[in-house]
Amino acid sequence: MPKKMNFEKGLSRLEEIVEQLESGDLALDQSLKIFQEGIGLFRFCSQKLNDAQSKVEKLVELSDGKFKLEPFDFKEEE
Amino acid sequence: MPDKIYTVSEITKQIKELLEGELPTIWIEGEISNFVLHSSGHRYFSLKDEEAQIRCVLWRGKGEGLDFEPQSGMKVLALGKISVYEKRGEYQLYVEILRPLGIGKLELELQRLKERLQKEGLFDEEHKKAIPKFPETIGIITSPTGAAIRDIIKIIQRRAPYIKLILNPVRVQSEGAEDEIARAVAQFNQYGKADLIIVGRGGGSLEDLWAFNEEIVARAIFKSKLPIISAVGHEIDFTISDLVADLRAATPSVAAEMVVRDKKELERELNSLAGRIVNYQNSILGYNKNRLESIQRSYGFRKPLDLLNQKMQRTDEVWRAFLLVMKNYFELKKKGLSSFFSHLNALSPLAILERGYSITRKVPGLSVVKDAARLKIDDEVEVKFHLGHIRAEVKKINEE
Repeated sequence: MPKKMNFEKGLSRLEEIVEQLESGDLALDQSLKIFQEGIGLFRFCSQKLNDAQSKVEKLVELSDGKFKLEPFDFKEEE
Repeated sequence: MPDKIYTVSEITKQIKELLEGELPTIWIEGEISNFVLHSSGHRYFSLKDEEAQIRCVLWRGKGEGLDFEPQSGMKVLALGKISVYEKRGEYQLYVEILRPLGIGKLELELQRLKERLQKEGLFDEEHKKAIPKFPETIGIITSPTGAAIRDIIKIIQRRAPYIKLILNPVRVQSEGAEDEIARAVAQFNQYGKADLIIVGRGGGSLEDLWAFNEEIVARAIFKSKLPIISAVGHEIDFTISDLVADLRAATPSVAAEMVVRDKKELERELNSLAGRIVNYQNSILGYNKNRLESIQRSYGFRKPLDLLNQKMQRTDEVWRAFLLVMKNYFELKKKGLSSFFSHLNALSPLAILERGYSITRKVPGLSVVKDAARLKIDDEVEVKFHLGHIRAEVKKINEE
């Protein structure tokens, strides 16, 4: 899997793999190889979806120009 | 003791009479601000100029005949009489007739800025960046206490809890809001770890939305490397930041709905893709198994096998011959097919055993015995049949 994999890339590669497999012009070893890759991507994407972060954070700029994130809780205005 | 002490009501009444008497029905020119169309149908607003403002009421009955809908920022001519609203001690204009008077100063400014930025190309399609289909982190620029952030959080948590939200809190109205918004856009770009930015606020009057019409905000959005969705106010309000942004949403909620895909929907899609892969893989393995079996049944395979059967009885020999035949078969085919061979190999022992052959392996280590000479009396062997296997001891050895 490439280093900078994300959900979008994973899903589109997975779609590509299914198409390649179904087109049927792959040698068996090639098809086994991308089959493995496909299963890996499926796991990766499913896991991404289930990283139920549901996190809301606040961006804070520090004096040195760097940034940090702080937890954010919504409070309704009066 | 003073001569007369007024009650509040008395003096208010006197002021009212004074005003009504001195100022009969009059025409006033001014710009509408803080316009509210109340659910009762009455319209409340102020008329203002550079120096002053006056509260106005347009009762429902009077407003029904209007051939235009008043809005904040609009210049109008109003006919009415001034009186006092005793309850609050405020004087106000009770409007009889309201006429539009060109366009308001704010609107004119807005129009000029729009034209200028348009000429410069800030709104051009070619500068619009694509909105990522599956953002994982969304940056939000809005008030930390407004309805906008509340609505976005609600939608993301319901539909796409896998998304991380980062709020850069700003003021969205009043003096200086435009600077905060513009800086927040730049900060997100420096920070960099967001897939897109939603910048916006809930609906309001033209004045309330004004920060999103400021040039500094327009330029910050235009400069942003991260794609930006502008979500300001309700359907009818189109701000300059809407025009510069890569995408415009009618409200912050709509923006959130637009960018996130429902978790359940994505899961269904993933599962269906995985299902197709597995189905395909099963069918390809099935196909190759069938192919193997038909090769075994074929004349080209059986003939040498028959010969072998006559000469060699032991399974290891048959197996070796089998491999040989397979190899020959495939050598007739293209070299590329040799990869099939290894997989067919993996399948073939089972097919052979089914036909009554068995595999003998030496204990321990379970290496396949292909030559009787490798064994000694009393060696232990394991013999695998189509169904089950046995352990046996070598009693006699006949070397070839």
